[in-house]
Amino acid sequence: MLSRTAASLYWMGRYVERAEFTARLVEATVRLDALSSSPAGEAAWASALMVIDSDTEFAATGEKLTPRNVARFLTLSTTHSGSVVSCLDKARDNAKAVRTALTREAWATINRAWLLFHGRTSPGDTQATLNLVNEAQAETRGFEGAIGRMMRNPSSWFIRLGATMERADNTARLLDVKYHILLPEGENVGGTVDRDQWTTILQTVSAVNAYRWLYRDGLKPWFVTELLILRRELPRSLAASAEEVVQHLNALGKQTGFQGEADRLARLRHARLGLTKVSTIVGDGLHEYLENFIDENAALSKAIARQFRFD
Amino acid sequence: MKPKAFDEIWGKSSGDVPRAAFASLARWMGNTPLHELERRQQSAEATFRQLGITFAVYGDDDAAERIIPFDIVPRVFTASEWSRLSAGLVQRVEAINAFLTDIYSDRKIIAEGLLPPDIVLTNPQFRPEIVGSAPPHNIWSHISGIDLVRTGPDDFWVLEDNARTPSGVSYMLENREAMLRLCPELFRQYKVRPVDSYGDMLLETLRSVAPIGAGSDPVCVILTPGRFNSAYYEHSFLADSLGIELVEAADLEVDDDFVWMRTISGRVRVDVIYRRVDDDYIDPLVFKPDSMLGVPGLIAAYRAGHVAIVNAPGTGIADDKAIYSYMPEIVKFYADAEPLLPIVETWRCREPQALKYVLDRLPELVVKLVDGSGGYGMLVGPTASKAEIEIFRAALIAEPHRYIAQPTLALSTVPTLTDNGISPRHVDFRPFVLTGTNGVKIVPGGLTRVALKEGSLVVNSSQGGGTKDSFVLADDGEAG
Repeated sequence: MLSRTAASLYWMGRYVERAEFTARLVEATVRLDALSSSPAGEAAWASALMVIDSDTEFAATGEKLTPRNVARFLTLSTTHSGSVVSCLDKARDNAKAVRTALTREAWATINRAWLLFHGRTSPGDTQATLNLVNEAQAETRGFEGAIGRMMRNPSSWFIRLGATMERADNTARLLDVKYHILLPEGENVGGTVDRDQWTTILQTVSAVNAYRWLYRDGLKPWFVTELLILRRELPRSLAASAEEVVQHLNALGKQTGFQGEADRLARLRHARLGLTKVSTIVGDGLHEYLENFIDENAALSKAIARQFRFD
Repeated sequence: MKPKAFDEIWGKSSGDVPRAAFASLARWMGNTPLHELERRQQSAEATFRQLGITFAVYGDDDAAERIIPFDIVPRVFTASEWSRLSAGLVQRVEAINAFLTDIYSDRKIIAEGLLPPDIVLTNPQFRPEIVGSAPPHNIWSHISGIDLVRTGPDDFWVLEDNARTPSGVSYMLENREAMLRLCPELFRQYKVRPVDSYGDMLLETLRSVAPIGAGSDPVCVILTPGRFNSAYYEHSFLADSLGIELVEAADLEVDDDFVWMRTISGRVRVDVIYRRVDDDYIDPLVFKPDSMLGVPGLIAAYRAGHVAIVNAPGTGIADDKAIYSYMPEIVKFYADAEPLLPIVETWRCREPQALKYVLDRLPELVVKLVDGSGGYGMLVGPTASKAEIEIFRAALIAEPHRYIAQPTLALSTVPTLTDNGISPRHVDFRPFVLTGTNGVKIVPGGLTRVALKEGSLVVNSSQGGGTKDSFVLADDGEAG
């Protein structure tokens, strides 16, 4: 496989995942906003911007922080590089560059998701916004399905590797931002607003039912933290992502005949997560832990590019 | 007074009795409700859009990605029509390859006085850089697209030869896919020969011309200018059908006169490059120095005999419009027989008498730039405004050598779905001829382009033409 192809597949995987995450975030924020009394609703949108690290970028537009403005900025803004449409644009561009490495179905799902957003200027009212992000998620799910049916060759592993690396990053950012909003000082943990906030986190990573299954308890920040970082049963947890990265690199190693720095870093991270306890994470500072995880993930991404000669 | 065009289904009749072979097709058109045909056509186009079977028109912003309109009514050739056509195509492509071998070596044809030397030697398509280095097996134009028009049951004319990088084969294949899905009943009525062997045929052709020393499993790649090129979909489609890498210039490097591609597991040697990049851009060391699409050193590797380039550099001299008018003599010289496919009568405006003749009759002629393509730089006299004609008159007087002129042919028509029901529209046809060491092969089909505007003769997709599926029957239909 060409090194350029590997790069495009990897980044295509990352951008589709990012588009989906942002769509989920918008969906969860719409719900949270609907449940909260103003101005808590605005706070919900402000925190959504922080999750994907776009708060400064939004401020620079000079637009007023209203639900509709932020929703548009997160879904349809072509000037905002983190919007769903921008991510789909980049995913589709990469997909076009490697059409030959994709099945028709995989290409068509990306193309359909892109056509859904392309040329739209307003997400419309709340219901229309929900419909839009739901449709986007349906297409990205279709993409994931199409990838699952692709030949088990390096192409499919690079796409999955990109998706998994992105997933780890997204979950870490979500938890980092939300946790700090959710536990302001003096706030009584366990109030009703609080429940809604916590549910938002779980909704964004499709973990509402998983939480009930695993904990059969009311919502507790402690358990949410454990679920999102350490529980491998949850596909979007850091531990599950770290494990999948090792598996994808393994599969690539078997098919391309070499392993390297990226494999070593991935295995190390995976082993460390297996030995970590939630009490240690919270005791040493969740924010520091997550920041460190995000930095390590970025370093691993660079190592992957070096190993397959696309840096 | 324009003669009534020959319609490929209805013949010259007034449209109540179809040609013998096509009675069931005529019945199908009559019996299928219009809205049903429209629905199927829309479904085909929706599929094309979803798959991204698009075509970029340069300099047209909102049309950055357009689909080529598809027409649901097929164009049909009977087995005997096809075999006569094939013989003519094989003869012509063999002559083109012999001509190229000669022009880049002894130039016997010039020595015999059949071709004025300046028309070759000062032609921008002639590449002195490769004189004396013949491609492997003396095959230059491995993939030729010969554009034909028709004026009667057995009257086919070559409109132009495409011996460089003919495109359109992906539409031939995609149109067939669409027809199989949407109109299966037609395939039950007619024995249509399949076209899906094209990918295998092409790969076989590529592998057959690998340089000596490539081993038993030569590495073939397709070289594309990249995803912004108008035919990028086709490039990726072909790479996919053949199961070979689609590379851009940046993926290749030349080292010690061998070509390598950069892969995730190191360098891999490349033996055959099916390039969809024009000569001018292929190697900045030899041709355009500012080309970003080329591979420095590629021509040196080619001259060293270490890589096959498909089609070979320098083939442009064979399909140049200035050479076109000499094609009957060229075919006769190398085939040692009369050409089976005639060309359209052509006046070379470089010759003073011809120029005078043309200037006197501009409103009835088609005038073409010898170095134009895609329907650009063309005057269609009968449909042009007075002002357009005068612009061309001035251009002709200023630079006569840049133009040729031809009579306006009564191109054949094929029934086509329009806003006002099914009515005749003019068509042309591009079959694809493959030449490898295993001989000359033609896939039974091709690209039919149709001018969607009533009366229009311009079928180019860049000018809003559409395409149809082209059936080649295994027998003579109901006439056989």
